[in-house]
Amino acid sequence: MQNSLTIGVLALQGDYDAHAQALADVGATPKLVRAPQELTNAQGLILPGGESTTFLKFLEREGLLDSLREYVATHPTFGTCAGCILLAKEVLQPAQASLGVLDATVERNAYGRQVDSSIQIGETSLPGGPLEMVYIRAPRIQKTGKDVEILAERDGFPVLVRQKHLLAATFHPELSADRRVHRYFVQMVEEFAASRFGSSSRQKTTDQP
Amino acid sequence: MAEHIGNSANNNGSNGLRLKIGLAEMLKGGVIMDVINAEQAEIAEKAGAVAVMALERVPAQIRAEGGVARMASPKIIKEIMHTVSIPVMAKCRIGHFAEAQVLQELGVDFIDESEVLTPADELHHVDKHAFKTPFVCGARDLGEALRRIAEGAAMIRTKGEAGTGDVVHAVKHMRQIVKDMRALTVLGEEELYAAAKEHRAPYELVRMVARTGKLPVPNFSAGGIATPADAALMRQLGAEAVFVGSGIFMSDSCTLAAPKEAEARARAIVRATTFYNDVKVLAETSEECLGAMKGLAVSALEPEALLQTRGW
Repeated sequence: MQNSLTIGVLALQGDYDAHAQALADVGATPKLVRAPQELTNAQGLILPGGESTTFLKFLEREGLLDSLREYVATHPTFGTCAGCILLAKEVLQPAQASLGVLDATVERNAYGRQVDSSIQIGETSLPGGPLEMVYIRAPRIQKTGKDVEILAERDGFPVLVRQKHLLAATFHPELSADRRVHRYFVQMVEEFAASRFGSSSRQKTTDQP
Repeated sequence: MAEHIGNSANNNGSNGLRLKIGLAEMLKGGVIMDVINAEQAEIAEKAGAVAVMALERVPAQIRAEGGVARMASPKIIKEIMHTVSIPVMAKCRIGHFAEAQVLQELGVDFIDESEVLTPADELHHVDKHAFKTPFVCGARDLGEALRRIAEGAAMIRTKGEAGTGDVVHAVKHMRQIVKDMRALTVLGEEELYAAAKEHRAPYELVRMVARTGKLPVPNFSAGGIATPADAALMRQLGAEAVFVGSGIFMSDSCTLAAPKEAEARARAIVRATTFYNDVKVLAETSEECLGAMKGLAVSALEPEALLQTRGW
């Protein structure tokens, strides 16, 4: 990949550095995002793990909520754990606001507290065989709409899903050495950029930080 | 990376340690606030805290009232756990593994083996590998940090001087740890054995720091942080997140701040911790912050009044 894509990582709080590292490992250029104007050059965005309530407070107070809603409606976005909660249309336990774009109902802390956190090996439809999944105080996707494609499950519940330009995981691929999920997302961003601008102009969209 | 510091003899293996460090990763960039009841926990969560530390008395009160400071009552901890959806931490005394067992049984998300409570063992810290619940421990220099990591700590924080509202020793400890780490990175392989002896820390961990230039677990700051600018200072010095103890809910050692004031302080410190590099936001948060605890100057304390010298 010669033309490195610039992908934003929401950096209000949480494991944004781990995501930035994962993006760099698969050849993309990560860009930390803390203000609305920092979204402008990002061709895709990652909403990392962290505390979803904390994220929400910041989005409301820093005027990020509307610009982020607008951005995720039209740009490739990948949410892990708290990020997945932010993307969902409906959030339970407790009910809370969200960006409301992913047609799914997500229950927070559904597996219990930290002592119930776990590392599992699970099947996935991504090529390359079973995938390590790190669950930390993880949410559960209770149900999904018809446009949501399920890429992996745990005990019959989806854990990695895609809806057009959106990708969401209830686990933390950024904390595993396996980079397949990030590679898959970068591919989504590439395809999106190509379909939008035509592949010939992709070079121009590359931004140096 | 994390698996290298797993102790293969422990009962939950390197994946257990990865999960513990994983939760610490999720708290990065955030503020962990000391609270003494459900009402304060709610204020903290609403202000944007990433976690709360459930206590019976905050450090400033412990310092003022004296007596033996122990683990908080399970009743208070459970109430707080029921009230908020963010992670709940609680403190056990240094070396008091039975208190830690109780906290794990209650389901707290992180245990702080803390010098703020009266130590239960003058020689030994808790064997933290024996627990499923992650531990955070205080450190004043790199050697102390690595000794705690060797025992299984999944997060390190500066010791500062708790309950004073004086940030001077949090700064001292953070600068010391960062300086010690930087010094290791320029040493030759053959010099690392003597460095391990000097730091009184396991050679493997010393070598790991020499290679990466940072601790193998997240490095947070605690002790005396009382204002948004204090939080920003610690972040700029290298802290990946901050603990605020007495600085939010106390106006002096014995008096609680008004809830409105506490809320404004909590919000301002949360904002300053995220935008620690943005002076414009820092100026705004410093203005939004209503008052700060009166505090005690650490330099005026007698050596025996220091909490940070507890533990080794």
